[in-house]
Amino acid sequence: MTDFQKPASGQVLVKAEGVRKSYGQLEVLKGIDLEVRTGEVFCLVGPSGSGKSTFLRCINHLEKINAGRLSVDGNLVGYREKGGRLYELKDSEVALQRRDIGMVFQRFNLFPHMTALENIIEAPVQVKGTARAAAKERARELLARVGLADKADSYPAQLSGGQQQRVAIARALAMEPKLMLFDEPTSALDPELVGDVLDVMRQLAQDGMTMIVVTHEMAFAREVGDALVFMDGGVVVESGHPRDVLTNPQHDRTKAFLSRVL
Amino acid sequence: MTSVKTDADEIPAKHAIKAIPVRHYGRWVSAVAVLVLLAALIAAFAGANIQWPITGDNLFTSASISGAWHTLLISVCAMALGLLLGVLAAVMRLSQNPVTSSVAWGYIWLFRGTPVLVQLLIWWNLALIFPTMFGVSTNTLITPFVAALLGLGINEGAYMAEIVRAGIQSVDEGQAEAAHALGLSRAKTMRRIILPQAMRVIVPPTGNEFINMLKTSSLAYVVTYGELMTKAKDVYTNNLAVMELLFVACFWYLVLTTIFSIGQYYLERYYAKGATRTLPPTPLQKIKTNLFSLGRAR
Repeated sequence: MTDFQKPASGQVLVKAEGVRKSYGQLEVLKGIDLEVRTGEVFCLVGPSGSGKSTFLRCINHLEKINAGRLSVDGNLVGYREKGGRLYELKDSEVALQRRDIGMVFQRFNLFPHMTALENIIEAPVQVKGTARAAAKERARELLARVGLADKADSYPAQLSGGQQQRVAIARALAMEPKLMLFDEPTSALDPELVGDVLDVMRQLAQDGMTMIVVTHEMAFAREVGDALVFMDGGVVVESGHPRDVLTNPQHDRTKAFLSRVL
Repeated sequence: MTSVKTDADEIPAKHAIKAIPVRHYGRWVSAVAVLVLLAALIAAFAGANIQWPITGDNLFTSASISGAWHTLLISVCAMALGLLLGVLAAVMRLSQNPVTSSVAWGYIWLFRGTPVLVQLLIWWNLALIFPTMFGVSTNTLITPFVAALLGLGINEGAYMAEIVRAGIQSVDEGQAEAAHALGLSRAKTMRRIILPQAMRVIVPPTGNEFINMLKTSSLAYVVTYGELMTKAKDVYTNNLAVMELLFVACFWYLVLTTIFSIGQYYLERYYAKGATRTLPPTPLQKIKTNLFSLGRAR
């Protein structure tokens, strides 16, 4: 469970330089700079409206950034640079980039007309062209890994929130991503169901998955996180090792926020 | 439901509530009133100047049955065309490409904005403005069936487009986001994720449209397509029993609409898959459980 077992100095996987995003007049991200390394569990915390979820969504181009540079594994997200100019990628090229980035949503967003198993095999079969039988076998392994081996044929409506979220994690893992994005994965859950989801995430972190986690679970961040960024008002206020930032915050805004959530 | 009943059964009999149910006197009074009115109506029609035997004799003639068959055929074909065009136009309408969405908008505007009767007549008389098409005489191309199919189907497509669009927009945005995040293309997201979920919203009004279509197809008599109305008209222009033959047509329309109303129920049940924890019972299952609970109540 201790984080120093992991390679702390992996390669830079996600790099943001001066990332800005606005909706009309409202600027939500005001120049974000950060680096996420391979194998790291990177936590984004901050009050609601601080832009942390928006930033997460920029990483797989669900939101388009207005300024700055954002790259995953050395490739700009949503753009190609050629001769000093940026070219927008076609939808199909963006889809190609997203294959390697898994995402888990606050509201699970499972496909309600498909069983848990069908949810998991959908992308491998439809996007990667994996044979159905092989995809099913892998899906059963993944379901076992998230502790839901017996729920393969259940529809999302027949599962609890915690179970749905674990299926959603399995669905994202089925594409064998090199990066997982978690957008407040436990915020919509009943308190007694949060633990199961965090256990799965903890296991994933131990297996060396690179994870960017927007969360309000400070205990999880402190225990599992390798790096933590505190955001407020669209800027990074403070960053460092979760243990340091959470126990010994330097900025007043961080102190004020933590005193309310801890 | 059943679990509630078993719980009730386990309660000792002395605790069971034996209350006198609320009396619904109003229901009895209104039932009697309705029966009286119905009797008066039947008496009026029985005494009216209608040759009921002619209606009876014409119910199952080959002309009537052929008419019903052709009503069914043109309705199914026109509806299929309408559905195809409707889905296409709805997806185009929601496209980010301004050209595609404008084309779809124009189609809907034109064909929803003009009466279907006029459209049928324009297709039927197309030869007046284009004597030949693709090197063939237009009159050989536009048979009664083709005119009816184009007139009814293209008009229906414009209505279906709006129904499908409403269905697509009813699906939670998170669904498309999740699909995109998994790397699914726009087209696959629409076909595999959005449309199947939109079906739940699309099916009920579409069933309604189909039942409408069964009846609107009667307008195809203006293009001499041999459906129910055309057949009825053919017969009553000979024997002058207008009302009698119109009732024959009504009989068959009711038969068709009843059959498809039942079909619609099963279709809606199918697309409720995953949206509810348990599927609603089929009519047959409902009858069974009702009989069962009646038996247990005693």
